[in-house]
Order: sequence, then C-alpha cells, then structure tokens
Amino acid sequence: MEPAHQIAPDPARRTIARDAADRPTATDPARRAIVRDAAGIGLAVGIYGVSFGVLAVAAGASVAQAMALSLLVFTGASQFAFVGVIAGGGGAAAAVAPALMLAARNAIYGLSLAPVLGGTRGARLLQSHLVIDESTAMARAQDSPRRARTAFLLTGVAVLACWNAGTLAGALAGGGLGDPRALGMDAMFPAAFLALLSPQLRRPGAPTAAVAGALIAAALVTVTPAGIPIVAAVAALVPAGLAARRVRRGGAAA
Amino acid sequence: MSWTPILALAAASYALKALGPVVVGAREIPAPVRALLDLAAVPLLAALVVVQTVSTGGAFAIDARLPALGVAAILVWRRAPFLVIVLAAAATAALLRAV
Repeated sequence: MEPAHQIAPDPARRTIARDAADRPTATDPARRAIVRDAAGIGLAVGIYGVSFGVLAVAAGASVAQAMALSLLVFTGASQFAFVGVIAGGGGAAAAVAPALMLAARNAIYGLSLAPVLGGTRGARLLQSHLVIDESTAMARAQDSPRRARTAFLLTGVAVLACWNAGTLAGALAGGGLGDPRALGMDAMFPAAFLALLSPQLRRPGAPTAAVAGALIAAALVTVTPAGIPIVAAVAALVPAGLAARRVRRGGAAA
Repeated sequence: MSWTPILALAAASYALKALGPVVVGAREIPAPVRALLDLAAVPLLAALVVVQTVSTGGAFAIDARLPALGVAAILVWRRAPFLVIVLAAAATAALLRAV
C-alpha cells in the first residue's frame, strides 16, 4: 500500500531496522525489530484501509467488491485510482488502465526481490502476492538475505491482514453514511492521491514528472473520455527522465 | 460496479507482482529502466489530483474540493497521518457545502 512511503520511506533506501540489523551479534534484537516494524506498518496501513473501504463503497462498489479489490488486487494506489476514476464517471476500461500503470511498480519490486524469495515455484507463486511497497522497503532495509526474507514475509502478511480488516470496517461503515457528496467524500480522492504523491517527489526528476503529468491531464480532461487524461500523463516521464539524467550528470560533475 | 474489471485488474496486478519472482528469477534489469519505472507513479498521481479536484464528468468544475485539497496540502506538508489528511479534506468540503 503506497502511503507506507510515509512509514517505510523509499524502498530504494536502507532505513528501517538498519541499526538493529547491522549489529553483528544482535540476531534476536534484529528479529524483534523486524516484528515490531512489521506490526507498526500493518496497523498504520489498516487505518487507511478504512478510508479505502469508505471510498470504494462511495464509488458504487458493494462490500464484497471492496473486499475483492483489497484481497485480490492488493496494491493501494491502484485500488484508489480504480475506484476514483469510476466515482468520477469513468468506465471500467478507463479505470483499469491507470490502476495497472500504478501497479507496474510492483513488477520492479518483484524483480529486485527475486533473489531473496527462495523456495519452490509454489512458494514463489504465493509470496508474489505480497510484493508491495511496504514489504519491499522492509526487505531492502535488512543486511542479510535471510532477514530480508523474514522482513518481506512478516510485513507482507501484516499489511495484507490489516489492509483487508480496515477495508471491511470502512466498507461496512461507509454504506450507512448517506450522500457521499454532502459528506465531502469526493474531496477525499484528490487528498489521498496528494498524500501518496508527496513522499515520492524527492526523487530526481519527480517534480518535473508531477508538473508535466498535471498539465497533460488538465489539457486533456475536457476533450477525452475519463481515465485517458491520467493514462496520457505517463508521457511526462520523457521530460522527467531527461531532468533526472541532468541531475545525475550534475552530481557526477560536482 | 461490474465484477469483470475488478477480476481483470486482480489478475493483471498479480501477474506484474509475479513477473520477477516466478518468471525472471534473479536476472538484473538495467538501472535507467528501473529508475524510469520507479518514477512512473508520480505523473499518474499528479494527474489524478488535478482531474479529481477540478473536473466533474469531463468538464472543469471548481467547487469545495479545491479548498479541501488546500487543507490536505497543508497537512501533507505538516506530515500528518494519511487518514487525518483524507478525513480533513472530507470535513472541509462537507462544511463548505453545508453553509
């Protein structure tokens, strides 16, 4: 679930549990740190799972459909995008495309985790479902493959359980709340996306990507069907990639 | 809401996750490709913010969502928890619409 960038910052960086894990003799404290962090991340994710449940129902999903999204799709930003586009009047295809583009990140995580996730083909198939922001960040924060695997599994299971418990609570509560617009629920979507976006803005090229993506979407929103402006915004990666390369070159020259 | 797109999204999301562990294994992908894909969520999220704040059904519409986003932006900047940000945005829009 993407907001964990706030909790388990950038998966590319080693932050969480590093202090404990780096101590050579501290096998047990390191494991305890992993369990503690995984539980903390799970609880935080559970709380915003509630907001997903509320929003999914407000967008017209049944409780069962909200649960299917959290159980089977199980990748936060994609789920928010999917119900957000539908709430905004978009069709199914228009909602799936941006959701999938947001989920493409998980493929990168999976590739980077592949050496860590041992076991049989069956075990890999099962573990693949747990490949998300939080489990990847926790795995990358460890100093040995064994601990990385433990961190990945514990975090993945904790997030899966809490995200779904939160979704169920939100979906059950959301249905009884009344008119979504009068409650300001439509304003929850952009706020959620802004909260998901902000921790990612520190990467090289990210501000360019955000501004260009926003401009592309604003230019297209009145002339294309719903969902297309969001998919088209991915073209912002061209100027963003160039900007990031300039930053890297500048860094190398300095 | 129809079940078909939900199940299609579930299948495709899973396929993306499983690509590395199941299909590719431990092979490396080039760093520039990884950097670009790491960045892919940024323009999409920015586009979602814009579209869902200032448009309704394919037309520009400025309403209570805009000040609500302003409140959310302040809370994001103050590093408030995710749920607080989202609820504060809803409360702002609801209050503005009630008065």
